[in-house]
Amino acid sequence: MRQFFLFVSIIFVGLLFLSRLFYLQIYTSNEHDLFDDNAIRKVYDYPKRGFIYDRNSKLLVANQPSYDVMVIPREVEPLDTLEFCSLLKINKEQFIKIYNRARRYSPRLPSVFLSHLSKGDYAALQEKMRKFKGFYIQKRSLRHYQTTIGANVLGDIGEVSTSDLRRDLYYRMGDLKGKQGVEASYEKILRGVKGIKFIQKDRFNRNIGPYKEGKFDTIPEQGKDITITIDAKLQEYGELLMQNKRGGVIAIEPSSGEILAMVAAPTYDPNILVGRERSKNFTKLFNDSIAKPLFNRSLQGVYEPGSPFKLMNALVGLQEGVITPNETVTCYAGYKYGNRFMKCHCYIGRRNNLISGIQESCNAYFATTYRKILDKEGSASTGIDTWSKHVKSFGLGNFLNNDLYVGQKGRIPDRAYYKHIYPKTFYSTYTISNAIGQGEVATTPIQLANMIAAIANRGYYYTPHIIKSIEDKTLPEQFTKAKYTTIDKTHFEPVIEGMFQVYKKGTAASLQVKDIDICGKTGTVENFAIVDSLKTQLTDHSIFVAFAPKNNPKIAIAVFVENGYWGSRFAGKIASLMIEKHIKGKITRKDLEEWILRHSLEDEYAKPYSGEPFRINGQTRSQLVDDSEYRRLKRLIKTSQNPIN
Amino acid sequence: MVRDTNRHFKFDWITIILFLLLVGFGWLNILSASHTGADIDYFTFSQPYGKQSIFILLTFCIIIVILGIEAKFYERFSSIIYILSMLSLIGLFIFGKNVNGATSWYAIGSMTLQPSEFAKAATALAVAKQISDLNTNINSIKDQIQTFIIIIVPALLVLLQNDTGSTIVYGAFFFVLYREGLPKYYLTIGISVIILSVLALKFGTLITSIIASVLILGYYFLNRNKKKVTLLQSLFVLLLSIGVSFGVKFFYQNVIPPHQQDRISLWLRLEKDPMKLQQMKKTFAYNLNESEKAIRSGGFTGRGFMEGTRTTGKFVPEQHTDYIFSTVGEEWGFLGCSFVVILFVLLLLRILHLAELQKSQFSRVYGYGVASIIFIHFLINIGMVMGLIPTIGIPLPLFSYGGSGLWAFTILIFIFIKLDSNRINEW
Repeated sequence: MRQFFLFVSIIFVGLLFLSRLFYLQIYTSNEHDLFDDNAIRKVYDYPKRGFIYDRNSKLLVANQPSYDVMVIPREVEPLDTLEFCSLLKINKEQFIKIYNRARRYSPRLPSVFLSHLSKGDYAALQEKMRKFKGFYIQKRSLRHYQTTIGANVLGDIGEVSTSDLRRDLYYRMGDLKGKQGVEASYEKILRGVKGIKFIQKDRFNRNIGPYKEGKFDTIPEQGKDITITIDAKLQEYGELLMQNKRGGVIAIEPSSGEILAMVAAPTYDPNILVGRERSKNFTKLFNDSIAKPLFNRSLQGVYEPGSPFKLMNALVGLQEGVITPNETVTCYAGYKYGNRFMKCHCYIGRRNNLISGIQESCNAYFATTYRKILDKEGSASTGIDTWSKHVKSFGLGNFLNNDLYVGQKGRIPDRAYYKHIYPKTFYSTYTISNAIGQGEVATTPIQLANMIAAIANRGYYYTPHIIKSIEDKTLPEQFTKAKYTTIDKTHFEPVIEGMFQVYKKGTAASLQVKDIDICGKTGTVENFAIVDSLKTQLTDHSIFVAFAPKNNPKIAIAVFVENGYWGSRFAGKIASLMIEKHIKGKITRKDLEEWILRHSLEDEYAKPYSGEPFRINGQTRSQLVDDSEYRRLKRLIKTSQNPIN
Repeated sequence: MVRDTNRHFKFDWITIILFLLLVGFGWLNILSASHTGADIDYFTFSQPYGKQSIFILLTFCIIIVILGIEAKFYERFSSIIYILSMLSLIGLFIFGKNVNGATSWYAIGSMTLQPSEFAKAATALAVAKQISDLNTNINSIKDQIQTFIIIIVPALLVLLQNDTGSTIVYGAFFFVLYREGLPKYYLTIGISVIILSVLALKFGTLITSIIASVLILGYYFLNRNKKKVTLLQSLFVLLLSIGVSFGVKFFYQNVIPPHQQDRISLWLRLEKDPMKLQQMKKTFAYNLNESEKAIRSGGFTGRGFMEGTRTTGKFVPEQHTDYIFSTVGEEWGFLGCSFVVILFVLLLLRILHLAELQKSQFSRVYGYGVASIIFIHFLINIGMVMGLIPTIGIPLPLFSYGGSGLWAFTILIFIFIKLDSNRINEW
């Protein structure tokens, strides 16, 4: 027995080892993770990023090659720095600084030495590259914008952030990804799927051929081209009109929900976010906390809608049966409720029915209507919920659920919303300012444009969207299926007639365009800002909504111009010009165009920051742009009308 | 004349062939694991594989010397060899060179020599001498203590030099003593303590105590009619077991240094905190993690000689020394690894077989010592590289890079071959 103890132990250990080997090398051998294997080089094959076209097949975004000089510090051998620096157009101090930074990052791993060489520099450098050991050129693909417009629509691409890397395992350090606009919302379609090659490294870190004959390699899937609903011409024209102003313009085709133009002002040239200057320029845009060029006002700007919201109240009043089109309300140059008074532009004693109420934007008429809606069933609490439900059916007060990268809910209050302000008693007069689109109601320009599209369609809308087509794919049902409002079709006609009268003899009578029946509504919205920690009133926002033609509408539009004073002053003119541009293709109301180009609101925007007391609205004089700026804008208008372009 | 021509055939050629196969295959793997340049200079002194070639050549000189010396010399001079060897270990405290925290080397020019490697062979000789002495009775406590002292002195000396791995190797003599009649309860106690320690660390002292109680009392109640054990004895053993489990826990938490604590906690999967585990994988467990990956990536047939991506990429630190088996794993796969394991098993069994054939007790005990020492190295090294036992740094005999180790094992084995060849003369 004693003789066999060690003998048995040896045999036992031998068998134990063999079974462990079996487990490691045969049973769990497939667990070998290629990505984890640092002996296998992973080479990514990046597909072409899809192009972006406008609705008329005009190419907006393509690709361009870009060349980065890379360095692996450990492999660098003594070189003619003078020659190298002159080729790269840098000086010796910069060379040393960049080189040291790369070495600190890692002596073994490649880092970018100089990014985005110009084609000329690249050609010169390429010839001499073999002289500089440890440096090599890496080709990358960047976006090439064929236009200077639409920065807020198109967006941009940039290197993935660390949080992107954590969220989505597809991305690797240094990959490019859509950051804003269409580039971001259609990222997966535009980018395609990158391919990967596994390459076996030998002991000298050389490639010795594909790993397992390329069994695990994948072929890149090309990015798909997309066509967006934007009409580049209209977009460009809108951006020109909005120069020197702040605000948003959204134009929608009511019959499809396609967004024809989406202007956010101020904007910037998308080309500045490409190439070597990208991060510098981006920081500049990002840090501009006053003009906020990266803030997409047409999608994210939440404003009180003002008078255009009266259209909603008219529709809800008709649907609920509390008013009829011919019933009149007497205006006493305002509306008295309790011991308070809401002013109006009408003369004392004017009797308004629905149509003239809209035409003259009579506050008294809509205050009466709003109260009737809320008090219909005797309790304002249930009345406001009914009202809220109807208004929300127009897509207000919530996200539109579309394919735009950013958005805001806006706000349409209901009883629950007021619970914390008025916990016990609740009367219709408490929220009377909702009648004229001020107070608690808030909308974004795109929501308002969509509301107008629903009115133009007499009761339904298509979710506003920006995608027109993706190569072979069909659009999702969410964009092709009509969404019905809770208002019956018949109630739209008197409201539309009122909007038509706004142009015929109402608040926008000066903005008529020959041969086009436009229906619109002006809006002038009081607004406040915190200046030196005091709530201060600023010049009113100028708002205008419209659609045209009256029958078989082609365009619905909402224009917000911050601090533009009354509705037809800036927004109304811009809306009329955009409508004419879209329908006729050319501008006959040159006088309106001149006026818009000539006038700037920069002075108005500077006021709150001047540190001095300032006056608003009618007490100030409008600012004109200087001649050189005017000539620049005229020239741009001219080139944009060039048919070759 | 007849006697002279037969002389070569008296040596056990099977052992010699197994020895040569291991050394040769080991060298191939050292070459693969350590070479970096495009040109292979087989005898360069600047590369481990080149040095190893020279060590191997010198090995043959050593073999000739050892086989040339009269067999009786080893038995007669074993005490002196042992004393000299101990002196060389003590000398390290004065002249030793510190490498990786262990003061185990003498530096002679660019060469280093590790006396602890040779001390194993010297101890084996001394133990064989002690036990084979006609006056020694292994069952007497006095002789047991004398034998233990011979073993413990070198073990303590290397422990003081921070070479924990080599200390554990002296445990190998347990097999020798057991074979020669060491009372059975040593085995029982040894195995019990190991099991208790593992249980106490893995499941805590409470559960270990409960398990021990159930087993010991159960054994008592089943056997009480046979009058083999009394209740008092059982309770005493139980108390002792509980004491051991608490003692081990205390020892683990308060005595052993943190880096060894970590190794044990990783081995027994005690660490549950993923952050800490990640940290471990990046530090001391990095080698283990990489060597397991290398072995796993070998698959059935391996990636081929000099084609292992992890081996050539130098992903496993110290791969040509203690982790040489991972190179075999990656480049030669399951087939190559099995080959090495089987070679070792055959070598060990052959030595054991020969030891049992010895007529003189000295040769037999020495043979057992040789087999036991190689066995412990084999068990710990390959077990460690495959993640079966905690990380303990000792080389794989005949395989790992290093002159001292190679020569020490050569001396160890060839003294036995010489003793064995003499067996015929003792008729």
